[in-house]
Amino acid sequence: MRVKCLFFAAYRDIFGAEQIDLELPEGSTLGALIEDVRARAGVCAAVLPRQLVVAVNREYAPVETVLRDGDEVALIPPVAGG
Amino acid sequence: MYCIVTRDPIDTAGLLRRVRSDADGAVLIFAGVVRDHHEGRAVEALAYEVYEEMAVEKIEMICKEVASRFEVGELAVAHRVGELTVGDISVVIAVAAPHRDAAYKASREIIERVKGEVPIWKRERYSDGGEVWRDGAVPDVPEAEKP
Repeated sequence: MRVKCLFFAAYRDIFGAEQIDLELPEGSTLGALIEDVRARAGVCAAVLPRQLVVAVNREYAPVETVLRDGDEVALIPPVAGG
Repeated sequence: MYCIVTRDPIDTAGLLRRVRSDADGAVLIFAGVVRDHHEGRAVEALAYEVYEEMAVEKIEMICKEVASRFEVGELAVAHRVGELTVGDISVVIAVAAPHRDAAYKASREIIERVKGEVPIWKRERYSDGGEVWRDGAVPDVPEAEKP
């Protein structure tokens, strides 16, 4: 299945992309996606927080979430609105 | 309830007119403004970035929850994104209420939650030439990945 992964702000700088499409085995969890994505950060992985906040389809979601084809996953850096 | 994210200057008076009703004795306007310093460094400009669809949904959810807990009338929240300079209004929260106490409490809770939960980021440009993504709040969501 194919899942869209979005990067914003500092994470976009780290990953060098606004968006990547990931091919994942059916039944993959959000936790598995995070591991995959961390590996793609290469040497920059060290600057990622140990706890990543992630949204699935525009809702903050736990790592146990089972992903589905077409899901929109977003890595959410610490927020600074206002 | 009226929640928007916009690249244009915020029409503060328009938000006031939008929330006011004859049943309300108070309309409280909070405006967040770009200031000229952060932690001792002179700030020249800010660039706000947003995950727009999620941000609007989040702000709407916050307003719904706040409206259910305080005796308030209409609420409006407008957050500006894109390039802003010192003195520009970045966010306006308008709360109408029969009595001012509820308006103050609701407004305070909305701004704290907007700052802590809504996917918006700011990049600060300093007078000394530096530029950095401002440290933010980690949304306090039980869903966060465990260390």
